[in-house]
Amino acid sequence: MSEIININNQIESTAIENLFFACYTQDVPENGGACVKYKEDQIAIFNFTRRGEWYATQNLCPHKQQMALSRGMIGSTGDNCEPKVACPFHKKTFSLQTGACLSGDDYVIKIYPIFIKEGKVYLEIKD
Amino acid sequence: MKKNIIVIGNGMVGHKFCEKIVAKNNNFQIIVFGEEPRIAYDRVHLSSYFDGKTVEDLSLSTVNWYQENNIQLILGDAVIEINRESKTILSQSGKTQAYDYLVLATGSAPFVPNIPGVEKDGVFVYRTIEDLDKMKAHAVNCKIGAVMGGGLLGLEAAKALIDLGLEQTHVIEFASRLMPRQIDDAGSKLLQGKLDQLGLKVHLNKNTAAITGASQITGLAFADNTYLDVDMLVISAGIRPRDEIARQAGLDVSARGGIVVNEFMQTSDQHILAIGECALYNSMIYGLVAPGYEMAEVAASFLSGLDKKFTGFDMSTKLKLIGVDVASFGDAFISEPSCTSIIFEDTLKGIYKRVNISLDGKQLLGGILIGDADAYNMLLQTVNNKIVLPPNPEDLILGSRGGEASSDSGVMALPNEALICSCEAVSKGQICNAVTDLEVTTVDGMKKCTKAGTGCGGCIPLVKDLIAGTLKENGVYVKNVICEHFDYSRQELLDLIKINKIQTYDQVLDTFGKGDGCEVCKPAVASILAGLWNDLILKQDTIQDSNDRFLANIQKGGTYSVVPRIPGGEITPDKLIVIGQVAKEYNLYTKITGGQRIDLFGAHLNDLPTIWSKLIDAGFESGHAYGKSLRTVKSCVGSTWCRFGLHDSVSFAIQVEDRYKGLRSPHKLKGGVSGCIRECAEAQSKDFGIIATEKGWNLYVCGNGGSKPKHAQLIATDIDSETCIKYLDRFLMFYVRTADPLTRTATWLDKMEGGITYLKNVVVNDSLGIAADLEAEMEYHVNTYACEWKAAIENPEMKKRFSHFVNAPNEKDPSVKFEEMRTQIKAETW
Repeated sequence: MSEIININNQIESTAIENLFFACYTQDVPENGGACVKYKEDQIAIFNFTRRGEWYATQNLCPHKQQMALSRGMIGSTGDNCEPKVACPFHKKTFSLQTGACLSGDDYVIKIYPIFIKEGKVYLEIKD
Repeated sequence: MKKNIIVIGNGMVGHKFCEKIVAKNNNFQIIVFGEEPRIAYDRVHLSSYFDGKTVEDLSLSTVNWYQENNIQLILGDAVIEINRESKTILSQSGKTQAYDYLVLATGSAPFVPNIPGVEKDGVFVYRTIEDLDKMKAHAVNCKIGAVMGGGLLGLEAAKALIDLGLEQTHVIEFASRLMPRQIDDAGSKLLQGKLDQLGLKVHLNKNTAAITGASQITGLAFADNTYLDVDMLVISAGIRPRDEIARQAGLDVSARGGIVVNEFMQTSDQHILAIGECALYNSMIYGLVAPGYEMAEVAASFLSGLDKKFTGFDMSTKLKLIGVDVASFGDAFISEPSCTSIIFEDTLKGIYKRVNISLDGKQLLGGILIGDADAYNMLLQTVNNKIVLPPNPEDLILGSRGGEASSDSGVMALPNEALICSCEAVSKGQICNAVTDLEVTTVDGMKKCTKAGTGCGGCIPLVKDLIAGTLKENGVYVKNVICEHFDYSRQELLDLIKINKIQTYDQVLDTFGKGDGCEVCKPAVASILAGLWNDLILKQDTIQDSNDRFLANIQKGGTYSVVPRIPGGEITPDKLIVIGQVAKEYNLYTKITGGQRIDLFGAHLNDLPTIWSKLIDAGFESGHAYGKSLRTVKSCVGSTWCRFGLHDSVSFAIQVEDRYKGLRSPHKLKGGVSGCIRECAEAQSKDFGIIATEKGWNLYVCGNGGSKPKHAQLIATDIDSETCIKYLDRFLMFYVRTADPLTRTATWLDKMEGGITYLKNVVVNDSLGIAADLEAEMEYHVNTYACEWKAAIENPEMKKRFSHFVNAPNEKDPSVKFEEMRTQIKAETW
């Protein structure tokens, strides 16, 4: 899976104009997250420096409807090292790859394809 | 084309059905009709509506959830007719809707006995939030309230009346005891005594003949010619299944009420199912929520083509009634000579326990627990699994009293069929197999793998014990490790980091760990690094818990609270004014905390740096309320003003707080200093407490308030200030070095072999020979202290992190909303 994401990240040929320019890479702390505004929406972006990967999810934690995931700690779980984020409110964890809740609830959060080019972070958002 | 399911009723069970069905498949278009105007809410805890919970708190879901799952939710519109031929329903508002499957979750209505005067004003039933609102409005002018019915729900209603502030509350019961379906006479007597202490007058054997008064209730006349003045009455005399539309539609309905269902929850029409309190299975109505949930699961499984049957449900219950534990399990009422009952009664403490044992002494049949129901889970398992009892069955309720420890009790002795999670129907065998075959070793993993513990959560302690027990049986050395990324305990990791002089989390993970870390090991390592090197925590901001990362406490709605340090609780008028000005300028809610300081709530992330620069300009420092670190040292006013004071407790508290401020520890630390034995600073409820004596200070350690209050224990008497500081240095550093993550000092001491005697030896007598090291480490901490907020606002890079949107740094989070309360703001309820 991580290979695929890395390939996705190297979008030499993908047309940048269809993507949303979210922020600069240095805006997002290493091994942490930050929140970007997209229209009336909030999207959490994670700079998983340790793995050389980037992820984007909805910023809203579905558990108590709080705009908080970007402030959560990231990490991995299991033998496959599935990347995840923990909501700072009640530590519900979500897969950064599938959006599935990993702490036993039925929630699924939205994930967005993310691309890095020349120090800029782009998101593919289908309205 | 998806098939249509119409769910009638949006109560607890109706909602649970929706959750279950969308979790199982996506093949249905679901429409829900609810008669009540609001979304499903927690009826079990209805009385908490009067002690501060809001409708939102009680709510089980949100409109959003229904939208996200594509369920059409129509509230405030009752279904009044089912047409089985055309497979349509008709609603009150005139909507006609076709269905492929119909699920009746219409619940029940309170049963109102036919007593003269029952229609008068001031007579209520107790089921919906609307009922509660009506009671609340009426109660304003009432002094005396009564509840008719001393069952489970009646006592809940009585609690509601107490919470409404009535001067007197009475419970009227027709039978000769309270909760006649759950407990026996002796248990009822004890419960009655406890309730009496709480101001609840219980009247048994009372048959209400009439409700008196003109248009409004003024009293109750009983059949024994006695009379009770009453301003309001709540009737809680049982429930009646809401089967009227089913009856009208010609479904099989019992003469005594209830829609007849089979083991798949199907009614006599195979396209119509019924669940919850309206359903009658095997001639029985199940008036509890757990069996209702099980019915929802069975119905959802059936419609998803899964094979699951409802086979009745254990009606054992455990609950807290007005603060009193009450439990009843198995055959609670079987009595001699059909069995042997062991009864333990402690009227002083208000504890009653009864266990019924088979005549051969081998099996537990059932029992009752009042006042202390800790053993409920184990006893219920023992009954349900027919476990052979130990030779001294009285140990079941008295605990093992000396002698040999019983070797084979506890969860591992349960048979494999034992049902551990009754919400999701997971057996002991399934959990143990998941540990052995699938190598599941965490509760989270178990939730994912077996769903155990995902319902009410009550079985989680059992699940934990089963995981640990199975690992142990499999010969796996169960090590107290931090998380899946480190095979070390906190203490071991601390030693490794210290010896190798490692400064960063990434290095620690590379050297001693595996994977990419997680929300458990990151803050634990952050705490170790801070404890050892006392470096600025924001240099590694993303390994900190959210509160530490933003140096403030995240609150409901995503805003933060700000707590400046006010050492010893002493503050000048000028500083008070600055706090007031800052709070006003940023529209913050202010409240005095339990630790004698002032908390300012509702600060936007973006505003934190400017708020703090103003506070720092006025001479404030970070209060570390966000950290697992020293919070406050509370003090009484002491000898400078108090006529009883022996020493200057305020000055000493300030000295101690200034010394240990910023000390990062496994959990939060609180202290107190009292100027005399009257103990106004409540120092004995703190992690360390200092109390003045004629000759010096007494030092207490390892107390805390919180959910399990513990008194601190004395480790040194009549010592001078210098010795006191020396002992505190040693004690605190020993704790920082050796405790597990998120373990308060009291729990740390509980787990310490040798207990307080051992700790006293380490701290006072230096039995480990490490006192000098500990003192030196503390000295290093004191010398390297720096206010984190000062550092943060002086560093532009760090300051930049305090914005909500990185692509719109000046915009605040637009989702933050406040409500008004007593002229201040409060967070919008979630």
